[in-house]
Amino acid sequence: MGFIRNSARSLLLWEIVEGMALTFSYMFRKRVTINYPYEKGPISPRFRGEHALRRYPNGEERCIACKLCEAICPAQAITIEAEPRDDGSRRTTRYDIDMTKCIYCGYCEEACPVDAIVEGPNFEFATESREELFYDKTKLLANGERWEREIAANIAADAPYR
Amino acid sequence: MPTLTIDGQEITVEANTTVLQACEELGIEIPRFCYHDRLSIAGNCRMCLVEMEKSPKPIASCAMPVGEGMVIHTKSPVAEKARKGAMEFLLINHPLDCPICDQGGECDLQDQAVAYGRGGSRFDEHKRAVKDKYLGPLIATTMTRCIHCTRCIRFATEIAGVEELGATYRGEETEIGTYIEAALTSELSGNLVDVCPVGALTNQAYAFSARPWELRKTESIDVHDAVGSNIRIDCRGAEVMRILPRLHEDINEEWLSDRSRYAVDGLALQRLDQPYVRVDGKLKPASWDAAFAAIQARLNAMGEAKGERIAAIAGDMADVESMFALKELFTALGSRNLDCRQDGAKIGGKHRGGYLFNSTIAGIEDADALLLVGCNPRWEATLVNARIRKRWLAGGFPIAVIGGVASATVDLTYKYDYLGAGPATLAEVADGSHHFAGVLAAAERPMIVLGSGALARDDGAALLDLARRIAQDNGMLGGDWNGFNVLHRAASRVGGLDLGFLPGDGGRDVAGILDGAGKGEIDLVWLLGADEIDMTALGQAFVVYQGHHGDSGAHRADVILPGAAYTEKDATWVNTEGRAQIGRRAVFPPGDAREDWTILRAFSAVVEQPLPYDNLQQLRRHMAGEVPSLGAIDVVAAGDMGAFGMAGSVSAEPIVSPVGDYYLANAVCRASAVMAECSQLYTSAGGAGRAGGATGTDG
Repeated sequence: MGFIRNSARSLLLWEIVEGMALTFSYMFRKRVTINYPYEKGPISPRFRGEHALRRYPNGEERCIACKLCEAICPAQAITIEAEPRDDGSRRTTRYDIDMTKCIYCGYCEEACPVDAIVEGPNFEFATESREELFYDKTKLLANGERWEREIAANIAADAPYR
Repeated sequence: MPTLTIDGQEITVEANTTVLQACEELGIEIPRFCYHDRLSIAGNCRMCLVEMEKSPKPIASCAMPVGEGMVIHTKSPVAEKARKGAMEFLLINHPLDCPICDQGGECDLQDQAVAYGRGGSRFDEHKRAVKDKYLGPLIATTMTRCIHCTRCIRFATEIAGVEELGATYRGEETEIGTYIEAALTSELSGNLVDVCPVGALTNQAYAFSARPWELRKTESIDVHDAVGSNIRIDCRGAEVMRILPRLHEDINEEWLSDRSRYAVDGLALQRLDQPYVRVDGKLKPASWDAAFAAIQARLNAMGEAKGERIAAIAGDMADVESMFALKELFTALGSRNLDCRQDGAKIGGKHRGGYLFNSTIAGIEDADALLLVGCNPRWEATLVNARIRKRWLAGGFPIAVIGGVASATVDLTYKYDYLGAGPATLAEVADGSHHFAGVLAAAERPMIVLGSGALARDDGAALLDLARRIAQDNGMLGGDWNGFNVLHRAASRVGGLDLGFLPGDGGRDVAGILDGAGKGEIDLVWLLGADEIDMTALGQAFVVYQGHHGDSGAHRADVILPGAAYTEKDATWVNTEGRAQIGRRAVFPPGDAREDWTILRAFSAVVEQPLPYDNLQQLRRHMAGEVPSLGAIDVVAAGDMGAFGMAGSVSAEPIVSPVGDYYLANAVCRASAVMAECSQLYTSAGGAGRAGGATGTDG
């Protein structure tokens, strides 16, 4: 009896049928993949992506050159130079982040007393050359302007837990 | 000798010490803001509260003298609660602006708030804000941060001797400031930044430029005057960011004069960073080889008798290693025309006591009468002046002045008897006919201080002789006390004299070298950082300038050999007491510049007279072999006395101090923008003298 059943299964390619049935059954389930880069997955408000330097709503830059981010950075990726600005306030003349050194730990954001340096939601900043990953102050401020709405929303969303 | 118990430990201390000092002896830390070792006791910050048994309230340990049988608890709940309360009150009006405060990271209030304060604030009301005060170009103020410890007031009044700071209004309205808006007129004003426990007074020149944790600290020696103050050089990368004093009880205590502290920006400006050779009347950048070749060509052109036709002058900031190498090099070339006395002081010779500050700076505190001759110590050696003031404050210290200051109205920060301006008065004191001679004779430990203004005259040797006679006749040289002092103003001077960087037999001194150069008898002059001589007198001579700043020497030079400034070399300097001290390299010299002795070593190989040392250790060993005192670091060996000076007639000319402008006294200062600002503010202003013409409002 067993001999007949085994022969029939093998003749009718039963395993293949079973396998294909499983495969086709997925056609009627919900999709788990997304059509990246046209679609993107959800990320947490705490996501630690590309850095940005923020400004106040009146356009004044937030960074006050306290150098706490430089001090805390475990990869020593941040370099800051500061001097008094013409109006006597404490400002950076140089704010560089070496993104190739950065380990995206988020300590800089954590250390910042004025929420100036933040790690925004952007993770798509691959470049063609290594040099482009040495961010300077202009680049970081430009990032801040571009991502301000998302960053502000993220900070607001996370505020109750801080 | 009362015995008291602190935290269960019994200790016996001198009467009149305070509870806080007794705690320190036991190694128990008591937090404090207003208390400072070297200032009077104010007792107003209340941070040092401790519990004393049988006292209804906690006591301020800084102001409470010890008593027999006291029982003190420093860690009891009462003491801790009291401190927490005091800290909370201090923080009521202190702004939470640590991130933009330059004191952040080295702030007493910050540290103690972490150690003794509460976690958060309970204060919801408005904080007080105070208008910032103007204290001159050296000190930045943020008076909102002030916690009214009054350390600055006490420092200015007691140590600096300028009663210009004070507190106005009362209670919460209290404000610290100058009563009239004006810059502080003290050469010690930079120390206010150090004594301020918070960020109310900060270093203007260093504003916002670095954080304490990113600075590399190097312990070194200051060379802006001959005091040899101990300093700490703070640098970041290749840049010297600031200079702070380092504790040395026998020299500068914990203070530093403004020139030493604030001339740092001059170290980065006007630097010679590559060799230059003058071609067709213009200095052109050259390689080291080309520069050496140019000098060698000139030497070769002189033929056999070149020793007579070359000369070397050492400047005021030269270190002994380079002077030693230069001396050996010139001796090997057959020259005896060496001099380290740019100003032409009639001093030096085999009796070391004849050119030292023999009483030592700390020894001033043991003296009981003082005669200042031809010096303005406030400008020539600010910290020696501070020591004189300290002794004067203790009382019973008559001070007399002959020359050096223009009139009796010049403020030296202590009262003095202005005997006269000229050498005639000195002669009267020497022969005993002057009334101050009686004071000196009656004193047990009298001092005479001879300034470089008196020595750099044609009759300098005669004045030196008069001073020596005064010392001898008034018992200044007896037993364990030596009251004969020469106050130098160049950091290199005593080292140069110790080395014998002086004209050899038949050699020329500075005046002789200039004279010879003018007449064409000297063909080559090697200036080791010498900028203070009359460059026009050098005539047609070929001038080699080895130094670090593009000052008068470099302008005149035919070949420039870029050397290292004092922050850029491991080197030894000898202060006016004869104390050899080692300064350490904080940063590397800029560009192609090299440490000075290595330049001389390299050149000696070019002229085939190689100096017998290839590293600093070998050089120092050689040097200590020839001059043992230079091998003993931080030691003052008593200088031998003998017959020095030369009796002779003295002129009637008044003796003047050689320091025309405290803030522009050397090449580093002259390159500094901060010093230029100070000079304009304090010393020019229409010739009205210090502070007289400056209101402080015109910047």
